[in-house]
Amino acid sequence: MNPHVLDQFLFIALPYVSLFTFLLMTIYRYRQQSFSFSSLSSQFLENKQHFWTVVPFHYGILAVTVGHLIAFLIPRSILAWNSHPLRLYVLEVSALACGLLTLIGLIGLMLRRGTTTRIRKVTSLNDWILFTMLLIQVVSGVGIALFHPWGSSWFASNLSPYLWSIFKLNPDISYVTAMPHLVKLHIVLAFLTIGFFPFTRLVHLLVIPNPYLWRKTQVVRWYGHPQK
Amino acid sequence: MQVRSQVSMVFHLDKCIGCHTCSVACKNVWTDRKGAEYMWWNNVETKPGTGYPTKWEDQEKYQGGFETNGDGKLHIKSTSKTKVVPNIFHHPNMPSMDDYYEPWTYDYQNLFNAPEGSDQPTAEPISMIDGEKIDVQSGPNWDDDLGGSPIYAENDPNLEGLTEQQRLQLSSVERLVFFYLPRICNHCLNPCCVASCPSGALYKRGEDGIVLIDQKKCRAWRSCVSACPYKKTYFNWFTGKSEKCILCFPRLETGQAPACFHSCVGRIRYLGVLLYDAEKMEEVAKLPDDELVEGQRSMILDPFDPEVIAEAKKNGISDGVIEAAQDSPVYQFVMKWKIALPPHIEYRTLPMLFYVPPMSPVQASKPEDTITHNSDNLFHDIDDSRVPMKFLANLFGAGHEGPVRYALAKQKAVRWHRRAETVGDIDRETADRMLREANCTREEAEEIYKLTALCTFEDRFVIPPMHREQAIEMMKEPHEHREEVGFGFVGGPRRGL
Repeated sequence: MNPHVLDQFLFIALPYVSLFTFLLMTIYRYRQQSFSFSSLSSQFLENKQHFWTVVPFHYGILAVTVGHLIAFLIPRSILAWNSHPLRLYVLEVSALACGLLTLIGLIGLMLRRGTTTRIRKVTSLNDWILFTMLLIQVVSGVGIALFHPWGSSWFASNLSPYLWSIFKLNPDISYVTAMPHLVKLHIVLAFLTIGFFPFTRLVHLLVIPNPYLWRKTQVVRWYGHPQK
Repeated sequence: MQVRSQVSMVFHLDKCIGCHTCSVACKNVWTDRKGAEYMWWNNVETKPGTGYPTKWEDQEKYQGGFETNGDGKLHIKSTSKTKVVPNIFHHPNMPSMDDYYEPWTYDYQNLFNAPEGSDQPTAEPISMIDGEKIDVQSGPNWDDDLGGSPIYAENDPNLEGLTEQQRLQLSSVERLVFFYLPRICNHCLNPCCVASCPSGALYKRGEDGIVLIDQKKCRAWRSCVSACPYKKTYFNWFTGKSEKCILCFPRLETGQAPACFHSCVGRIRYLGVLLYDAEKMEEVAKLPDDELVEGQRSMILDPFDPEVIAEAKKNGISDGVIEAAQDSPVYQFVMKWKIALPPHIEYRTLPMLFYVPPMSPVQASKPEDTITHNSDNLFHDIDDSRVPMKFLANLFGAGHEGPVRYALAKQKAVRWHRRAETVGDIDRETADRMLREANCTREEAEEIYKLTALCTFEDRFVIPPMHREQAIEMMKEPHEHREEVGFGFVGGPRRGL
């Protein structure tokens, strides 16, 4: 296939298909099958390895995701921060540490799922596909941090404009076509994960319990006011 | 004053025979499903014992209920607002399946399919979780009737504060004693499960106080399991949703008693409405331990008081519910006679299931064989019961013996009164003196006797009109509603997508 066409498929078509699938299917699932929205926790079945795998994975991936989001939303501030080498090193090293934390947690999680009989019973094919995708994604992410350094800077200068061009419905792939293959893999897999998102347990991300912190302590429902 | 109504319960422990019919009735109706096999929304425990899940009363381990930290506020022990964020991925105090038990069945097919051999084939136990063969180590009722006392009964958290002698007495052969503690959700006034839910999926129904979990809003954060000090919310490992006793609300709404109440062989269960002042809730929940029992009573309102009735009506409580509150057997036991007590009120959730503490045989370690009742202290045998007062006080009085002694003395007096009436081996004067000392009159004793011994179905269960028809009218056109119910396809609950 013409590499130009392939790039167009991977960096223009795929992102739009993924984002639309994500949007439509999530809304559909939330409206039609709200019962299926659950974190599907397995702590009840296995309580010891749970802590050492789930906790590092979640903190790691939260930090990494927030990092990506910040670089996407406010690239200029990131570049300004990185203008000082020491600050750049601090940012890069902490990002790598969070990536490794995620990786260790994820490998532990998968081992736990694979080796505990009880947990295997509540692990679906979808879960395994998702875990494999996440594993490749995290490994490629850590690889990028190691082999293509100063990602925080080039993400802000090159990838952020690309992502913005997607959201502005005026895709400009000149930023990404020159990227190394590892980075391209990371980008493609990210969009695949977004498209797969509404079919997996990841939907629990969308129902993070934010109102808890400011709602009243007790909840009372009256007839005719189910949400009161 | 903000008057609300609450469907409340009394379990008369002196009548419980420990037959588990209630548990089986509930299991058959509600929890005979995948993921719910291990759940017993209703269970019966032997006391002393560690119960189900094991040592549920040990709040050092499970961190259930509320605490007052001296800052004048109530805090959820396990997942207060500051703790919910770090604990959301892993609850440090959440019981796992091994704290309950791993449910199992038997490999019955082997009885038919085993190859011909010299031995009879057997049906070996297999796990209901993973289908593998299982070496059964515990069950929902493993310490029934003091089975395995050295492991279970001797580790009962309520034994705290008992003397060494009392502990020995409890377990010495031929002198040991036990009673049963049937447990369902207490449908608390200040439910810790509701307060702890990060999703706001748990709620208390305004009209009748039943505590429910919205299955469509539950996201398996599991805070309720940690927070409920009675461990009466359960996590369904298959659907990834928490579940709990629903007080059989579909039965109540159609005028029937809940399954466990209906099936109770010993007729120990009573159900009725209590009116209470919701404004006092927070203030009462913060009282010091020794004032909690009285504090909760002070919230419960007299349904005959015209002012209360007026306020109740103003709050939308219907005449039928007020009438039910006036006929409520629970009001008699809790407020009029004061012989029913809340379990572990020191957890500060203000449970609305009350227990009449059980009588027990007197201590057998008396120097003489017979015990005479001629002494001035006619209740000496209550203080010397084989179940130490301190043990009952830890269960029903937040560690304080006063309310428990009051309840037992009154029960004792009623028995002696009836003995004077029917058997005649006790003279009237002694019986009357006992009644007087127990703060009871002959009339009251007769009422207690009647509602305890001669109660009919209608006496025990005074079910208020639930007015679901009004609820439906508020939501949609009744004819439209009628077309949408009663015929169709219902799927079982699934896991994820």
